[in-house]
Order: sequence, then C-alpha cells, then structure tokens
Amino acid sequence: MSGNERPPVLKVQDLAVYYDIHDGGLLRQQVRPLKAVDGISFELERGETLGVVGESGCGKSTLARALLGLVPPRRGRVLWLGEDLVGLDEKALRRKRKELQIIFQDPLASLNPRMTVGDIIAEPLWTFYPKIARVQVEERVRGMMKMVGLLPNQINRYPHEFSGGQCQRIGIARALVLNPKLIICDEPVSALDVSIQAQIINLLKDLQRKLALSLIFIAHDLAVVKHISDRVMVMYLGRAMEVASARHLYRRPLHPYTNALVKAVPIPEPGRRRRGAEETGLRGDMPSPMNPPTGCVFHPRCPWAVKRCELEVPPLRRMAEGDWVACHRAEELDLTIVKHAPGTV
Amino acid sequence: MTLDQSFVRHITRRLLSVLPTLLMLITVVFFLVRVAPGGPFDSEKALPPEIQANLEAKYHLDEPLLQQYFRYLGQILVLDFGPSFQYKDWTVNELIAQGFPVSLTIGALAMLLGFVLGVSIGVGAALRQNSAADFSTMGFAMLGVSIPNFVVAPLLILLFAVYGGWLPAGGWDWTWQSAVLPVVTLALPVIAYIARLMRGSMIEVLHSNFIRTARAKGLPERQVILRHALKPALLPVISYMGPATAALITGSVVVERIFSIPGLGSYFVQGALNRDYTLVMGVVLFYGVLIIALNFIVDLLYSILNPKIAYEEL
Repeated sequence: MSGNERPPVLKVQDLAVYYDIHDGGLLRQQVRPLKAVDGISFELERGETLGVVGESGCGKSTLARALLGLVPPRRGRVLWLGEDLVGLDEKALRRKRKELQIIFQDPLASLNPRMTVGDIIAEPLWTFYPKIARVQVEERVRGMMKMVGLLPNQINRYPHEFSGGQCQRIGIARALVLNPKLIICDEPVSALDVSIQAQIINLLKDLQRKLALSLIFIAHDLAVVKHISDRVMVMYLGRAMEVASARHLYRRPLHPYTNALVKAVPIPEPGRRRRGAEETGLRGDMPSPMNPPTGCVFHPRCPWAVKRCELEVPPLRRMAEGDWVACHRAEELDLTIVKHAPGTV
Repeated sequence: MTLDQSFVRHITRRLLSVLPTLLMLITVVFFLVRVAPGGPFDSEKALPPEIQANLEAKYHLDEPLLQQYFRYLGQILVLDFGPSFQYKDWTVNELIAQGFPVSLTIGALAMLLGFVLGVSIGVGAALRQNSAADFSTMGFAMLGVSIPNFVVAPLLILLFAVYGGWLPAGGWDWTWQSAVLPVVTLALPVIAYIARLMRGSMIEVLHSNFIRTARAKGLPERQVILRHALKPALLPVISYMGPATAALITGSVVVERIFSIPGLGSYFVQGALNRDYTLVMGVVLFYGVLIIALNFIVDLLYSILNPKIAYEEL
C-alpha cells in the first residue's frame, strides 16, 4: 500500500472471522454470527511495523489470532510470502509457526506455571528440531535471554518468580527463539506499568532493527502505537476505518473516528480542559457486533454523518500520500488537529 | 524437586502434626463407643453375674474409664489393638491382617481402573466439548455417580454370573475371576466421578492463556494436551483421590457382603453392632491413619505438579 518497490511479506485480503453465537431456548436455538472481523485487507513489508488500534471489542485480537490460524477465518486470504495460510491443514500451519510468532497480552498467565523459563523458551526448538543437541539448545536459550535483557543464570526459575515486565521479556524470547520473520504483538504492554511499557517497546524496536522483523502491533493506547508504528490501522466494529502513516494519522486524521480517538488522548497538562471544537464529538457507545449498523458502521456515532452513510458501506479507498480511508466524506472534512494536539510529532 | 532442607523440615513438621490428630481420633472414638448403650457381652439371655464379672475383669472393663483409656493408649504405642471381644481367639491385629490384603487388592484395583478410565474419558469428553459424544458420556457418568452399588452389584451378578455364567457370583479365592465383579462394582462410581471432574478441569485449563501460547509455539495438539494441559487439569482429581483411595482400600461393607468377600469392610459394621470396642477402635484408627497418609501423599504430589506451592504453605 505504501509503495511498490518490494513485494509485501504479508498480504491480507478481505479477512473475516465470525463467531457463532447460540441463543434462544433449548428448543428454538438460533445461531447468529458475531462479526468480530469483517473484511480486513492490508499489506505489510519486511521490517515494517503496522499498528492496529481500536476500542475493546473492535476485533483487534481476533484479527491477530486469525492471521496465525489460531481461529478459523470465515472468508478471505492471508498471503504469507505469496502462500495462502487460510485453508492450510494443521500440520502445514504448524510449520509456519517458525516464521510467524505472537506475543500475548497477559505476560504471566501466558507462561506455563509448571515449566522453568529455560524450558518455556526451549520448547519451540525441541518441537521443530527434535534432534538438536542439549548443549546447543541451552546456549541458544541463554543467548535469547541475554538478548531480551534477562539474566541467563535465571534459566531454571519459574515464571511466578519474575515481574510482569520480565515475564513479557520471556514471552518475547520465546517468540524469537525460532527466528521468525513476523511477530504479532497482541497488546503486549497493556498489562504493564507505564515505565515498563516504554522498556518493552524500546526492546521490541531494537530487536526489530537487529533482526529485520516485521511487526503487527496491536494496542488500544494511541500514544504507545504512535511510538512504534510506521503505519497505523484504525479498527471499528471489525472493519478498518483508516490505514495511514503514523505521521499523517496523528496530525491530520482522515476518518472522523480516528479524529475522535486522537482527540481522546489525555493531554498531560494539569488544569487544561477540552472545550468546544476540541471535544471528541463522539456520541453514544459502540453498537453490538451482533447487530452492526447499516451502511458505514460508524454512522450512528459520527457527527458528520449524512443520509448516504446510512445506506452505503464506504469502501477503503486510497487517498493522497498513500493513506487509505473508509469514509464517504473524507475529501470534504478537514480534521487537522490544531494547537497543543497530543499527536504533534 | 530436590531433597533440600526445607523439604526435610516440611516432612518432619507434617509427621509431627499427625500425632495430635491421631490422639484426638483415639479419644473421641474411645469414649463415643462406650457412651453407646449396651456392652460387648450383652445378649438376649443375661449372663450369670459371676461370669459377667469374670469377663469384664479379663478385658479390664471393670476398671475406671480413665484407667482403661490410658491402658489403651499404652497398647497403641506398641501397635497392639488388643483382643477382639466378639471374635474370640482373634486379636484385632490378626483380624485386620487377614481382611486388609483382600480389601486392599480389590480397592486398589478399583481405584486404578477408576483413575485410568476416568481420566481418559474425562479428557476425551473435554476435547469434544458440547458434542453428542460429550453429552452422552457425561450422561452415563451422571448415572454412574447416582446409581448405588447395591443396585449395580446384583445386576452385574445377574448378567455375568447367573445368565452368562462367565464369572462367579461371589466368594474370594485370589483369582482374577473372583475379583472382576467386585472391582467393577466399586470402580463404576469412581470412573464416573473422576470423568466428570477431569472434563471440567480440562476444559478450564484448555481455555487458559498458557495453552494458547503452547499452540502458538507450534506444538502438535497431542503435545499441548500431554505436556501442558494434563498436569494442571489433574489437580482436582488428585485431591479427590486421597480420601477416596482410603475409603476404597479399607473395604466397602455393601460390596463385600453382596459378593461374600472376607475383607475389612464388614468389621466396621459388625464391630459397632456388637459393641466390640477394641475392633471398632482398631479399624477406625487404621482407616484414620490411611486417610492421613494418603492426604500427605496427595500434598506431595501437589507440590510436584505445581512448583508454585512451596512446602511452607502446605
């Protein structure tokens, strides 16, 4: 999307994940689809970071899991180096785990409490290279621990003996041990203290540069995403509202929803309040993904909505400067963030 | 797990804490059986007073209660449960030594069967959660938990002994044939109960985050289950098995009656009915020690299955 120089490593086309919700009584059971992810498309280059933001329940984590085949997609394609991961059988998909890894949100709960750190990090090695020598594994594990900022002599400790930030470092070491090419970070810092968040993000940035990793970084915190991303995708109710370079997105959002999100970032200045035009202009709550609005899913909450927004689904279309937006009125609206805007780079 | 100092200290502390428990058990049972109306030598026809007095003198029942109590405590210290009042010529030690191996064999086999089948069925059902197979096995498990063994045993005898003629209807001769029906009868509710426990905890564990991590690592599903999910899912089953094993290997009154097996179980009821003080004390103490020992083993297994539990916390 942001250039044609090199082919993208990851190309996602119209990916959709529906969960079947069973409701009604025992006799009149109905199955209704919950559209967690509904037609997402994007591309990712080697070494690039795509941030994904959105409110809770907008489908960010489902998107992450669908990319890795941890949940089955309803439709769409996930092309990894030209090969479609959707429809691969379990065995073939497992082999791809060498190249695509994920870091989870809850650092401690994501580690098996009955295994030592060394075993946790080494397990993928044993799985993919069963004949590897013990010494080699240990050497590699210690190397990984050092790389993510853990002390290699802590190799025989259990996860509960570490802090949240250290647990996330273990999670990162575990994800990196197989030399993957893409790492999906599913809200890797939202459970951590702000000071620790910065450490983990800087660690991820360092590792990305060193190892030429592509990253998909999911978060609900715009400030965090801005710091690490090259481009940002804004999701709402399972759809992409805007995909734009981080620079543009925070300075001049194209979509009213992005505008609302950027404006909602708290201003670190005591006594200063938002007034008038600075208010987010967002009305009401996010509708249920069981029963999404017609037309543009954002129209019931959009201050700029017109009749057309209720009727027609706006496609994600390319704007000037290589940014993409799904809004009928993107050209007319000028949502430039003025004075003191938190998004100023 | 290393045999480090804290481990040794933990074991010593645990063993020491057993003593007050046992003393309490002895005391309560000792006085309770004597509070119950009637005595060991009561019968429809009253004994001549001289004979009654002789008997009581022989078994020290004429002494003050406290003296009897301390005499009994002294005996227990040298592991002597004393003579049975009802089974003349037998000491309680001999009765237990004779009945326990039979009850132990049947009970241990039943527990083994219950554990292996229960865990496999539970895991199988959990992996097929909410499928027809899951619902039907759990339905059968509910039946297995609910149907009492005095219904199951006669039905099994009817089917396999009376109609089929493949197995003996009762009796005990240390052959596998004579063990099958009582073992199956005892094992059925255990299988059912463990299967339900296992299914529930397995489903819970499979939804936990570290299982998702294991899958993301690219582990085959078999490995995910065996290496990551099985251990934590076993915890509730293990804690159920401690007391349940003690109950099974000390013999079931009903099952031993129905299959006419010379086990330990009938002594509990017979001893109590006959006011056979020493026998009641003996079997209750024996049962108590087994429960304590098995709970101890369960706690040790816990700390192996879960390194988060430090010995100090046990």
